[in-house]
Amino acid sequence: CLPRPTLLREQHYQYLKKGLRHLSDSYECLDASRPWLCYWILHSLELLEEPIPAAVASDVCQFLARCQSPTGGFAGGPGQHAHLAPTYAAVNALCIIGTEEAYNVIDREKLLDFLWSVKQPDGSFVMHVGGEVDVRSAYCAASVASLTNILTPKLFEDTPSWILRCQNWEGGLGGVPGLEAHGGYTFCGTAALVILGKEHMLDLKALLRWVVSRQMRFEGGFQGRCNKLVDGCYSFWQAGLLPLLHRAFFKEGESQLSRQRWMFEQQALQEYILLCCQNPAGGLLDKPGKSRDFYHTCYCLSGLSIAQHFGNVDLHHELILGKEENRLAPTHPVYNICPEKVAQALQHFHQLPVPENFFFSFLFVSLRLLH
Amino acid sequence: MFYRDRKEWADLEPVPQDDGPNPVVKIAYSEKFSDVYDYFRALLKKDERSDRAFALTAEAIELNAANYTVWHYRRVLLQALQKDLREEMRYITDIIEEQPKNYQVWHHRRMVVEWLNDPSEELEFIADILSQDAKNYHAWQHRQWVIQEYKLWDNELEFVEKLLEEDVRNNSVWNQRHFVISHTTGYSSPAILDREVQYCLNQIRKAPHNESAWNYLKGILQDRGMSSHPGLLEQVLELKETHCSPYLLAFLVDCYEDALENNNQKETLNRALEVCEYLAQEKDTIRKEYWLFLQRSLESRFECIDVLLCQGISPLLKSDIKNGV
Repeated sequence: CLPRPTLLREQHYQYLKKGLRHLSDSYECLDASRPWLCYWILHSLELLEEPIPAAVASDVCQFLARCQSPTGGFAGGPGQHAHLAPTYAAVNALCIIGTEEAYNVIDREKLLDFLWSVKQPDGSFVMHVGGEVDVRSAYCAASVASLTNILTPKLFEDTPSWILRCQNWEGGLGGVPGLEAHGGYTFCGTAALVILGKEHMLDLKALLRWVVSRQMRFEGGFQGRCNKLVDGCYSFWQAGLLPLLHRAFFKEGESQLSRQRWMFEQQALQEYILLCCQNPAGGLLDKPGKSRDFYHTCYCLSGLSIAQHFGNVDLHHELILGKEENRLAPTHPVYNICPEKVAQALQHFHQLPVPENFFFSFLFVSLRLLH
Repeated sequence: MFYRDRKEWADLEPVPQDDGPNPVVKIAYSEKFSDVYDYFRALLKKDERSDRAFALTAEAIELNAANYTVWHYRRVLLQALQKDLREEMRYITDIIEEQPKNYQVWHHRRMVVEWLNDPSEELEFIADILSQDAKNYHAWQHRQWVIQEYKLWDNELEFVEKLLEEDVRNNSVWNQRHFVISHTTGYSSPAILDREVQYCLNQIRKAPHNESAWNYLKGILQDRGMSSHPGLLEQVLELKETHCSPYLLAFLVDCYEDALENNNQKETLNRALEVCEYLAQEKDTIRKEYWLFLQRSLESRFECIDVLLCQGISPLLKSDIKNGV
């Protein structure tokens, strides 16, 4: 009989607390992703319900301000070019902090300029000026635009139809049209469509069948693609799709949805994460034998939260494997920050007017006419 | 030797990183890393367009190939200095071989191929990368881009068949199969569709628990109607005896569902519900919640007309009652 699995809270907390300040030179490879490090660590701490000391929070705000590009958006580090991925991470990190100081870091007018500057005629977005296109960019753009209230229909014109082209014969989504269905890209495409209110355009039944099939019958965790290995990070990218689909089906009038469970085996996922994905010294990981890192710490914990909490504001049902102390805070399945922080950010930014972006939208529209 | 000690660089003042007074997520860069990037920042600030700048970008890339700002700058220099793009192809080939799972390296290669307007090395190069990791997502993405952009469809199905012989469970290859066929012959002609269905069934007989083959079979039939293909249901029911799998059973459910959509029969519904039950309780219990949902859903959608009539209720009214009208 196995002992009840335990979340190594204290060890994870120490690992995260240290990482928020100092990282070894093995993190040189993430020197162009430092806002991500802020987000992964802050989100992990908020899931563990560990408070962020005010001084630390302020330091994060000031650092992210240095990552903000003069032309809008956030870069991977001070002095680098703006890129949609660190922009997503920075905005999320600032929303987790949730202070006036944090919200005020974001230059909304310039952020809108940046989004227009990466928008493509076919509805897609490049990740950065002169960079590559894939469905992550639509999610990053939709996420930051909706949270900071700079979203206009024009900005996302043709984006839903481009995302839809990413759904393939497998039922999941690939990075660009034609590619193999993949958990990370499927999450990004689906969540983007949810933000844009267009999730019903997907073949939801085919998507549902694809994602539930990604849960491994022996390991309990999820694989990213058919016939590949389990990985702890897909605990969020894949399992996180089920709350999104539940809501989508509900909106479509589906009467047979469960009122207690997501359509994946919640207990088995919790077992996989707690028994196979924890480093005894703190931090979480892909699978046994792999090294810990802050990305896996964030997404394993996010997946654990999804597996523990069913429902929404009105209906909430918990399934905690092991001790009550294993319980994490709930996470919002679209933004992957805590729901209170989403609400608070929306409340703050929706008091502000949507910036009118004359130059870029005009330029964009005229370029399209010429195209 | 550090850049700060090189006399050819003495004219340039290095720019330290501006992390602010109380840094967060502060990386303990090696001396070499700091030195190279201090000089990179200096060059960027000046927007210096020189050979020494170009050489330095290679060092910066080696230290962090994910720094997209450096790559962008390198591309600016390639054009400004009119660098030899053939040599750049050799360079990017080496870098990708060393770091094949990085976004920036593949994007850079794509830019160079576009500038040269020469895809002639691509298929062979990608094949080499795939020989080391047959599922490398970036490699397949680049391959699809090259094929579509330069219309290099001719030998791709052959390539797919070769890779499926090496590993019939490689889902990326099945995806490539779908990519090639849907962009060339398409699946509309009965001859092609039949060929593909037979191909699937043959692969299934060889490896019954290969989910990719079953997904592909469903994928090519779902829009045309699973039950439309003559004799397929019978073939699958036959396979059930000797080559059963959760995938076969799921496929059966899909066949029955499709049949119900065209012809709602109590017997078909019962079979579908039975297989869902079997999957939920015994053969695919990890997906129990899903199979039970599907079962309830099918029951609700296809609840038999004669059952309703026996209850003296018009089928139209019944759904109103269920929905609380």
